[in-house]
Amino acid sequence: MLYIYTEISKYMITFLMILYCLECVIYEIKGEPVFDHNGIVIRQRIYFVLIQILAFSTLCLKLGQLDYAFLGVMDLIVLLSTVVLMEMIYPSVNKVLANNMIMLIGIGFIIISRLDFNKTIRQFVIVTVSLCLALVLTKLFSYYKKIRDLYIVFAVIGLAILLMVLILGHTVNGSKISFSIAGLKFQPSEFAKIIFVIFIAGAFAVADKFYRVLLICVVAAMYVLALVFSRDLGNALIFFITFLFVLFIATRNYAFLILGFMGGAGASVIAYRMFSHVRVRVQAFLDPFSKIDNQGYQITQSLFAISCGGFFGMGLSKGVPEDIPFVESDFIFSAVSEEMGAIAAVCLLMICFSSFMILMRNAMINRSRFCRLLLVGSAVLYIFQVFLTVGGGIKFIPLTGVTLPFVSYGGSSVMTSIFLFMICQGVIVVNNDKLYEEWLEENDDSEEEYSDYDEEEDTNS
Amino acid sequence: MTKKRIRTVENWITIVFFGLIFLSMSIYLCIYVKNNEQTLIGNSYNSRQKLLARENIRGRIYDSDGNLLAETLTNEAGEEYRSYPYHNLYAHAVGFSNHGTTGIESMAGFYLINSDISLNEKMENDMAGRKNPGNNVYTTFDTDLQNVASDALGVCKGAVIVTEVKTGRILAMVSKPDFDPNTIPENWNAYVNNPQMSVLLNRTTQGLYPPGSTFKIITSLEYLRENPTALQDYTYTCNGKYVDEAENIDISCYHGSVHGKLDFVGSFAKSCNSSFANIGMSLDKDKFGNTLNGLLFNSGLPIEYNYSQSDLKVDSKTSDYDMAQISIGQGDAIITPIHLNLITSAIANKGVMMKPRVIDRVTDGNGKVIKTYADETEKRVMSEDEAKALSLMMEAVVLNGTGRKLQNDHYTAAGKTGSAEFNGNKEDAHAWFTGFAPVDDPEISVTIIVEGIGSGGDYAVPIARRIFNCYYGID
Repeated sequence: MLYIYTEISKYMITFLMILYCLECVIYEIKGEPVFDHNGIVIRQRIYFVLIQILAFSTLCLKLGQLDYAFLGVMDLIVLLSTVVLMEMIYPSVNKVLANNMIMLIGIGFIIISRLDFNKTIRQFVIVTVSLCLALVLTKLFSYYKKIRDLYIVFAVIGLAILLMVLILGHTVNGSKISFSIAGLKFQPSEFAKIIFVIFIAGAFAVADKFYRVLLICVVAAMYVLALVFSRDLGNALIFFITFLFVLFIATRNYAFLILGFMGGAGASVIAYRMFSHVRVRVQAFLDPFSKIDNQGYQITQSLFAISCGGFFGMGLSKGVPEDIPFVESDFIFSAVSEEMGAIAAVCLLMICFSSFMILMRNAMINRSRFCRLLLVGSAVLYIFQVFLTVGGGIKFIPLTGVTLPFVSYGGSSVMTSIFLFMICQGVIVVNNDKLYEEWLEENDDSEEEYSDYDEEEDTNS
Repeated sequence: MTKKRIRTVENWITIVFFGLIFLSMSIYLCIYVKNNEQTLIGNSYNSRQKLLARENIRGRIYDSDGNLLAETLTNEAGEEYRSYPYHNLYAHAVGFSNHGTTGIESMAGFYLINSDISLNEKMENDMAGRKNPGNNVYTTFDTDLQNVASDALGVCKGAVIVTEVKTGRILAMVSKPDFDPNTIPENWNAYVNNPQMSVLLNRTTQGLYPPGSTFKIITSLEYLRENPTALQDYTYTCNGKYVDEAENIDISCYHGSVHGKLDFVGSFAKSCNSSFANIGMSLDKDKFGNTLNGLLFNSGLPIEYNYSQSDLKVDSKTSDYDMAQISIGQGDAIITPIHLNLITSAIANKGVMMKPRVIDRVTDGNGKVIKTYADETEKRVMSEDEAKALSLMMEAVVLNGTGRKLQNDHYTAAGKTGSAEFNGNKEDAHAWFTGFAPVDDPEISVTIIVEGIGSGGDYAVPIARRIFNCYYGID
């Protein structure tokens, strides 16, 4: 019986993931990302709940531990109450984006708990705390004009954080990235991402002269260099690309984009020559199987996992993704692909891309230049990080060792991702409220016209 | 009211940019999964084989007549073990899976450890607490031929490979010394610690030998390409030696024979070293290099067994001294028996090289066929005329040359012998034979090497005779 149940739930999960993505697509096709899409939102939530129930019941039955049932219930309560609470406090929040967020966190819980139950508890606590804090943060961004004007403060704080890591941070696997305060380990470069996005959005929003644009470029370059010297090249690249696209959209200057890409390519070549660990990763990318014993070990194990899972996956707890070193942080996507299948993994990518689209399209209709740039920066920051980690794990690009936002294990990473999305929700809420008022005004006009017409009719009769 | 339109072109460019990246990444992922689901599971670094072994019993391997070559049994203690009923006979061809995997066990590993029985049956097995039977693999091997080949080699070191010319199916593959795959786990260290015997080496695909006179097939092919009328025009008078003092070349015929006046076919049939040194000196080195590459020297072979790469580079920088040595198959040239068999089969198959294969079909535990393998053409390696000319010359070897021991009333045969000297010692020679039968419409090709025993005509041809006799049912 157990076999039947796990097999059926495996295919059901894939099917539900596809349905969820279809709703995302329908939402995108419907256009205007404003107002109500209650049908889509409710259906998505049903799929989400079903996936969680199927996955955790499978894990519970397969591994014979009731803890999984308990975790499943807890995570449903927290995640669902978050979206409900969000809608109660901020009625005009983007509900599909909120759904995507809890969907990704939910899949993260499933996979992390399957890899290491204790880590899930820690992750669960961090997610819960982050969501509570983020609800406040969302409110804070209704005062976005004041935050914009503080961009210089943000620029300084962000840079200070990165420099502090550079000087005081622990070295882990050749990169200085973590930092301990009172026994808790942080990855400050994760938090610096949010600060960086706010800084560049604010700075470009008020930059009216060319020299000011140049000045922003210089400060942004300092961020990137600080990361390069910490040997955190993955994040350096993320900061660089984010900056490049915000610069491009703020200035509408195509030359910047092209020059930026050329500069990036040049910098990559220099990094390849300068840093041995970059060379190692490029070589492992080009021919992992000949170096399967050392440099290629991680990536080949990841490829084994993906190829073995096939399109429908091995079934939860039936694969061996734990063979991949750092699977819960850097290779979570491969673990998803092995146990839930490549189709579900592609659906996961689609959910990420859907979130990116929602942020980008909300940026198009936002009335504030600062908010527009903030949304664009967040969107690019997010999607590029997804690209780096997923592409690295499937040998599409060389490995960089960054996390998959929301899904990967890692307190700083998931907290930053939640904060980033909730900040975006904050500026979306402000704009949606504005648009809603305008819409009401328009409707009032038409009602007046309609009543005029009525009166005319009356007089005629 | 007036709505301020915000320019969105740049946003759309950004969306499309990342959209394309994600689209290509998704497609890449799907293609990767589709292409590598089978290949990567065989990798010994992949721990997922063990995972499937928990659910499925490794499938059986059969020969082409349905004789069982390998199966998984359970001993009294309830432990599974792999059984090989033919013991040493298929040591290298089928390989083993009880200490890493080799041979068929490795290349068909994906099928053997997966079970394609219906979901219904899987559920029944699940309820009953039974494992599912893995898929079974039917190979192309013919146990009669395999037995004859193994017996004929006897205690000598060497290799025999028998291939169906038109299909590329490998009928027999024997490498000696061999081992009993049933006892591999116990004897592993003893084998590994005795590199001189190299018991684990599959000599048919991994053994690199100087080709000796069998290489004259290739020298002849190149000479025919450069001189299409050579069959009629060429003459040479052999006085037992080819000497070129300027280049310090001094080549003598095998056992000091003096062949006298020879034409092209005669030079080949008698395997006259002097004549072939003479031919070799006239060849265009660059063209010869291209011919060699066209015959898959210095490159990969289209086989799934672990193999060594035959190595021989010739270009304009090659010295005349080396050219003379290479032309008679000495010098730096090294070749694997399977590679020589591929070339021989291509000659027999009118110049078209078939991709060798060892698996006919895969069935599920109930015998339902789930995959069949078709014959595949690798490429044309020579023209039909060239193949015909070489075939004629190889027939002459049997009719009035070094392969006379193959003459009989039942079938015609063609081939080339070789005695590859090694250690620079005239007395130590590997005996080669490569050839096919029947001449008019070839069916099978045979390649044989016996290490360090003497001349091919004396020691390898009789083995070929026994194999051909077995194939044609002659006692």
